[in-house]
Amino acid sequence: MIEFTLWDIVRNLLLATRWTVLLSLAAFVGGALVGMAVLFFRISKHTWSRRLASAYIALFQGTPLLMQLFLMFFGLPMLGLRIEPWTAAVLGLTFFASAYLAEIWRSGVNALPRGQWDAGASLGLHYLQELRLIILPQAFSITRAPTVGFLVQLIKSTALTSIIGFEELVRTSNAINNATFEPFKVYGLVALIFFLMCFPLTQYARSLEKRAAVR
Amino acid sequence: MAFAWLPGALGDIAHGAATTILLIAVTTLAGTLLSILGAAGRRNGPLLLRHAIAWYVEVMRNTPFLVQLFFIFFGLPSLGIRLDPILAAMLAMTLNMAAYTIEIVGAGLDAVPGGQTEAALALGLRPRQVFVKIVLPQALKIIYPALTSQIVIMMLESAVVSQIAVRELTYEADMLQARTFRSFETYFVVTLVYLAMSMALRRLLVTGGRRALGAGVS
Repeated sequence: MIEFTLWDIVRNLLLATRWTVLLSLAAFVGGALVGMAVLFFRISKHTWSRRLASAYIALFQGTPLLMQLFLMFFGLPMLGLRIEPWTAAVLGLTFFASAYLAEIWRSGVNALPRGQWDAGASLGLHYLQELRLIILPQAFSITRAPTVGFLVQLIKSTALTSIIGFEELVRTSNAINNATFEPFKVYGLVALIFFLMCFPLTQYARSLEKRAAVR
Repeated sequence: MAFAWLPGALGDIAHGAATTILLIAVTTLAGTLLSILGAAGRRNGPLLLRHAIAWYVEVMRNTPFLVQLFFIFFGLPSLGIRLDPILAAMLAMTLNMAAYTIEIVGAGLDAVPGGQTEAALALGLRPRQVFVKIVLPQALKIIYPALTSQIVIMMLESAVVSQIAVRELTYEADMLQARTFRSFETYFVVTLVYLAMSMALRRLLVTGGRRALGAGVS
């Protein structure tokens, strides 16, 4: 049996943390892009488009993320796409994030007074210009705290991709635990690493909230 | 897509769904109770307890549920505490949910006007009666929608406990797809079951809440 020192465990966990961070970032960026598209549908003037976006959001918010990942992992190969755990993880988390981000930003759009739209129209802006110049900047600005809060949730959610075989922090810790038989230490360290990533963001979200409350 | 396996699998799916419902029922009751104690302790307890609860909330909210589950199921036996998978799942879910609902219940307690407590004390109620009979019911009414969302989120999160071999809905799905080799179809059906359960649970909680807490609960 190979002997693992504490440093060996920590070093391997930290190496795996890179993948957790990378996956979180990729899913957040991807989720923001897709989420923007969903947002456009969700606040459109056409009823059918709003309904479609609502159904999309309800679907992702009403089913377990683990199921979404499984469907991605087993479903895409049926469409003839070769798929690796990494692709399934990024795509799964991207769609998951897009639904939540679209809903968060929609709450921001809804919170703006009607007059903002009217003012834009009276300046002669067309719909897309109004969105780009007036509505979205304000909507993003007032929803900054919940957006950061969701990023924390997303980082924690990457743990589930270990189940479909993506080599991130939790999957590596399972392997280390199987070799060392020290679950208390290994999972304790994993929890600590996640905490160190998430806690500063949580505090940041809280300070944004306070600042918004003062304003 | 082929669903010929489905009629023979309905029993397993129903059994798994029943276990998921059991898990969430226990978690809801234990988690809510724990969070009422936690929120009260965070406001009125000794300083050390307040700090302990604050840290507990932060640690649980900033680490993944899956890691908490593994820590409890694989880690605690090394301290001599060996739990059945289903007990470990209930414990992990309750502890996780309490961390979120302590904040929610706390916000509700803060939202009840101080005059309510003063009035109740002036009428001669003991502090404990004031909390249980006057402040808590009003607080619960205020936070009920947030509590409902949290319960539904927890139900969806419970899919993860299949990883420690609790025979709930996701575990049954894993077994089924291993038997039928119809992975996508199996998970598709089970995802729909989850969707139906989360919608039904939400509706049940809203109507149940309206009946128990009075009108104005959404």
